[in-house]
Amino acid sequence: MSDGKKLNGSNGDGKQTFTISAFSENHIGLLNRITIIFTRRQVNIESLTVSGSALPGIHKFTIVVHDTPEKVEKVVRQIEKLVEVLKAFSHTEDEVIHQEIALYKVPTKALVEGDIIEQTIREHHARILEVRPEYTVIELTGHKEETQALFDVLNNYGLLQFTRSGRIAVTKSSKELFTSYLQEAGDNTVEYA
Amino acid sequence: MTIKSTGEPKKLRVTGAEAIMLSLIHEGVDTIFGYPGGAIMPAYDALMNYSDQLRHILTRHEQGAIHAAQGYARVTGRVGVCMATSGPGATNLITGIADAQIDSTPLVCITGQVAAGLLGTDAFQETDVIGISMPVTKWNYLITKAQEIPEIMAQAIYIARTGRPGPVLIDIAKNAQFGELDFEYHKCVRMRSYVPEPRISLDNLKAAAALINKAKKPYVLAGQGIILGGAEKEFLQFVEKSGIPVAWTILGACALPKDHPLNVGMLGMHGNYSTNLKTNECDLLIGVGMRFDDRVTGDVARYARQAKVIHLEIDKAEINKVIPADVPIHGDVKDTLPLLTKLIEKRAHESWLREFKEIDRIEYDKVIRHDLFPSKPGLTMGEVINVINEKTKGEAIAVTDVGQHQMFASRYFHFKNPRSFVTSGGLGTMGFGLPAAHGAKIGAPDKQVILFVGDGGFQMTIQELGTINQTQAAVKIVLLNNKYLGMVRQWQQLFFDKRYSETYLLNPDFIKVAEGFGIKGKKVLERHQLNSAIQEMLDFQGPYLLEVSIEKEDNVFPMVPTGASVSEVILEPKQ
Repeated sequence: MSDGKKLNGSNGDGKQTFTISAFSENHIGLLNRITIIFTRRQVNIESLTVSGSALPGIHKFTIVVHDTPEKVEKVVRQIEKLVEVLKAFSHTEDEVIHQEIALYKVPTKALVEGDIIEQTIREHHARILEVRPEYTVIELTGHKEETQALFDVLNNYGLLQFTRSGRIAVTKSSKELFTSYLQEAGDNTVEYA
Repeated sequence: MTIKSTGEPKKLRVTGAEAIMLSLIHEGVDTIFGYPGGAIMPAYDALMNYSDQLRHILTRHEQGAIHAAQGYARVTGRVGVCMATSGPGATNLITGIADAQIDSTPLVCITGQVAAGLLGTDAFQETDVIGISMPVTKWNYLITKAQEIPEIMAQAIYIARTGRPGPVLIDIAKNAQFGELDFEYHKCVRMRSYVPEPRISLDNLKAAAALINKAKKPYVLAGQGIILGGAEKEFLQFVEKSGIPVAWTILGACALPKDHPLNVGMLGMHGNYSTNLKTNECDLLIGVGMRFDDRVTGDVARYARQAKVIHLEIDKAEINKVIPADVPIHGDVKDTLPLLTKLIEKRAHESWLREFKEIDRIEYDKVIRHDLFPSKPGLTMGEVINVINEKTKGEAIAVTDVGQHQMFASRYFHFKNPRSFVTSGGLGTMGFGLPAAHGAKIGAPDKQVILFVGDGGFQMTIQELGTINQTQAAVKIVLLNNKYLGMVRQWQQLFFDKRYSETYLLNPDFIKVAEGFGIKGKKVLERHQLNSAIQEMLDFQGPYLLEVSIEKEDNVFPMVPTGASVSEVILEPKQ
């Protein structure tokens, strides 16, 4: 059961982790329109990533939340109701492949003296991006638990800076739901008589 | 220079300000409610060139402008247009925008904005009205270049009127109003990110018809979606074939004529007795263009749990929002109702309908009789409405403000025609009534427009008497004065141990106030004066204020107390 719990991110309070993806026109202020919906519904955003999608002119929002399925479904419908949003979906943890990236800046001296470089990099499948006399920058991609595990190790060596990205995700279904939708929707943002 | 909206699009070198006016004309807009100021002055200057095609009504406050545009939109079914300047002008529109959003009223609000180069610098009368209005508009947009104006105006009108209608705000920087462009106008016909006409599921229609055909105690809840879709005829055909009793939400009033045999009355907190009780006895609940507002449902956990639910609704976000639908029918009821009517069998539910009528007798005895034909000396709101009914015979448009009089008006006013009841339902905006009634009269000049307003709400937008005097629109104002904020006082009496905290009003002499604004008025203190005074008001060829002194501590019943179930509706204060 513990594995199942971890898989859907549920803690027995009916809440679980969802990845919401929303596809929109690339317009000023849209992020604000979307976050207002979370504020009104009192849903906390765990992470948020916005970037251009595979389709020219269309932006993708990837939003991670932890809440009940009912509430998330209502939020998704409110997002999709926005005039400039083409489509919004929610996915449970077992429906997506997702990844985050983390960067760690550690004093080089501490790493060398601790004699942990090789072992740590191997164990965590991390990469070294930059080495200077003062500091070393390490990169790790993975789930939050994984980037957190490396954080816990490096924090013992005087971590200078740490940053973690929001989640990006693709669905496990072979075709993106949105692509077929867009084929019907067409390339013209607005049509006039 | 004038451009007729019917002509072929011609390229014209014009200013952005002129382009605003030309866009409105091309969309068939002929009335603007507004108030000028610094950042919107170029638009007001251009307006002068088109005054033969665009009537502007100068209100006394921007809130008066937007509520008037709402009243206009609600009675005409057209997009209401209002215009204001930046900063305080724009923020004064917000209450009306929120009201239009929750009540699905199509509006285009045009606001001036500081020049693009000054945006974000705390310039004089600069307010981030896009940010402020974002949660309460269907869409909004800041125009910073003149060339954007025709296309954005076309989108604004399209978005406001299609799908579930709502308010759109277009903020136009002053430099864009001054700038020039080659004007050419094409109406917006489609946006790929916005689908106002959803694909209708035939499977769901079949499933719904199967439920309807086997239901023993089906019950229809009619909402404003029927009126917004112009689907009154389609609804009538559905109802008459199915033989199902129909109750209505406050905004669904006049979806079905009040005297129709299947019309069983109003839903909700101050709706009828039978309509609330039967909600928890029906076996099939069919919501038509309504959204299960908490004032309709009472305690959701104890709402119609025994019934299957069919929900016909154009806004997908409303489906399963409050009450889960066993069969959702996503679409415009104008399209879905005829399809459903075809699939159902003709039925009559006589004994089920009789159950409503039996409960109606209890309500009549305990409540209605005393409201309409009181035996005690003090005048009641109900009897005033009843006398007006007798004289207008369902042909008038009723507009209300918010509070006890609103509930009495929705319960007792005789609605016969579509779009003949204008009220602030979802937001409950005091001060809505007077300007909305003015807008309604401008939109329906041949109709008798009667405003029911309390002494509290009247004073919230009383300055609009000045606007009414200027247009001479023959609004008939029925001021039901009980010297209290009556609905709040009623709640204080029932739920706060009669602790009347800040609900007593020391009022002005309203007749003198009206006289000061150039509006004729009369005050009724005694029952025997009522009939002739109402006749005089109705016969008067201009705006008129009839003030009726109402019994101070009358209450509205039935009532579903907050948090109670609809089956716990009460007919009198609990002893």
